[in-house]
Amino acid sequence: MNIDTNTVVSISPGLRLQFEKAQDTWVLLYPEGMVKLNQSASEIMQRCDGERKLSDVVKLLEKDFEQTGLEPDVLSFVEHALEQKWVELRNE
Amino acid sequence: MNNPASSTNTAISKPGPPLWLLAELTYRCPLHCAFCYNPIGFDQVDQELDTQGWIKTLREARELGSVQVGFSGGEPMLRPDLEELVAEARSLGYYTNLLTSGVGLTAERAKALKEAGLDHVQLSFQDSTKELNDFLSNTKTFDLKNKVAAIIKDNNWPMVLNCVIHRMNIDYVDKIIELALDLGAETLELANTQFYSWAKLNRDSLLPSREQIEKAEAVTGRYREKYGDKISIIFVVPDYYEHRPKKCMNGWGNVFLTITPDGTALPCHTARMLPGLEFPNVKEHSVSDVWYESEGFNRYRGKGWMKEPCRSCPEQDDDLGGCRCQAYMLTGDPNAADPVCDKSEHRSVVDEAVAKAQDNIAAEAHPLVFRDPKESKRLSAGKDGANVLLPS
Repeated sequence: MNIDTNTVVSISPGLRLQFEKAQDTWVLLYPEGMVKLNQSASEIMQRCDGERKLSDVVKLLEKDFEQTGLEPDVLSFVEHALEQKWVELRNE
Repeated sequence: MNNPASSTNTAISKPGPPLWLLAELTYRCPLHCAFCYNPIGFDQVDQELDTQGWIKTLREARELGSVQVGFSGGEPMLRPDLEELVAEARSLGYYTNLLTSGVGLTAERAKALKEAGLDHVQLSFQDSTKELNDFLSNTKTFDLKNKVAAIIKDNNWPMVLNCVIHRMNIDYVDKIIELALDLGAETLELANTQFYSWAKLNRDSLLPSREQIEKAEAVTGRYREKYGDKISIIFVVPDYYEHRPKKCMNGWGNVFLTITPDGTALPCHTARMLPGLEFPNVKEHSVSDVWYESEGFNRYRGKGWMKEPCRSCPEQDDDLGGCRCQAYMLTGDPNAADPVCDKSEHRSVVDEAVAKAQDNIAAEAHPLVFRDPKESKRLSAGKDGANVLLPS
């Protein structure tokens, strides 16, 4: 899949991202179900606010974690998230 | 084992939280489905938890870690305080699911539920053709469901269509899928009848033949190929046709907590039928005591209760011995292996039902018993209300 990093990424309608104290983890909630996110997945998802472009999500993660070259990892996760219908992309 | 705190073969480690809370707000229902899983004696349960009772339950369960709540029944729309309960649940951080037949879900109430923060609606359909639908649910509800589906879409809720599949509608799976596509459902659950309560009474009329199941699976497969990007179709084969039992409720007292209309807490919708088990009521006990301390919830946790062939079975972790209710209904012993398992000495009970299902004359000989208060009274006369057990 070729993902355009100029597109805006948002969590799919009807889904909800939230932190669960009892499980000490971020989860993605959907009709009658839930997926527990690992740390990197949750850090990416938290920044997919429906306003940032994918390229800005990458920049923000690199800044917050003082790293570079995160784009391939982020894109690979977003590709998976798209397949699972966790997120949506739209052109500005 | 490296971790001294981890469980041994039979001891029970502390269970995780009841992630899934099923709130059965009422057993009242305008439909009379012949496959309903509500207890035969539902008519004897008349003391419903009040609004405050449900709010207390929602709060305590959320505190433990419940995160999905399903408002179910009966027909939950019959509770005038549904909006208030949804609003409370949503503000506590639950993902809120409404499981409805659609009766009573008007545009006005939908708007109020949207404002309350309702996240999702699962709409049940009895079939896709008006005549069959009305026959199977025994009321005129089909046109209404089309209207309700439109209301759900208007409110931008994700929509899961649930259609209980059985011998009399399984040949129309293509029409059911077409309907789901027309209505714009994201998910369609083609859930084969599970044989408890009313469905157990009507089993001979409802269990499809092997040929019917294979045909329906093939049809479903073709639609998945063609429309897989639009709709996700779930097809669950009746467990009578399997050789290993289902891991019922994903483990007893593991993630599911059902609260029945009168406040009785159960590890699954039908557990009340099991003999010799007391289940606590949230009117008298905290949800924490119910979940962690009660005998009813601890009895079948883990594997310590197992007897042969489960006790020494290398597959015991895959299915945890299957369903306790099914074991009890079909063998008379709640500790037995679920007789769906072909290692069970009682598998012949399942085989007999399956053999009967291959024979049209035998399968169609019984009139359907519809779920209604009159039948509930008749069938549970002289017995203890919701604990009514039917002969298998």
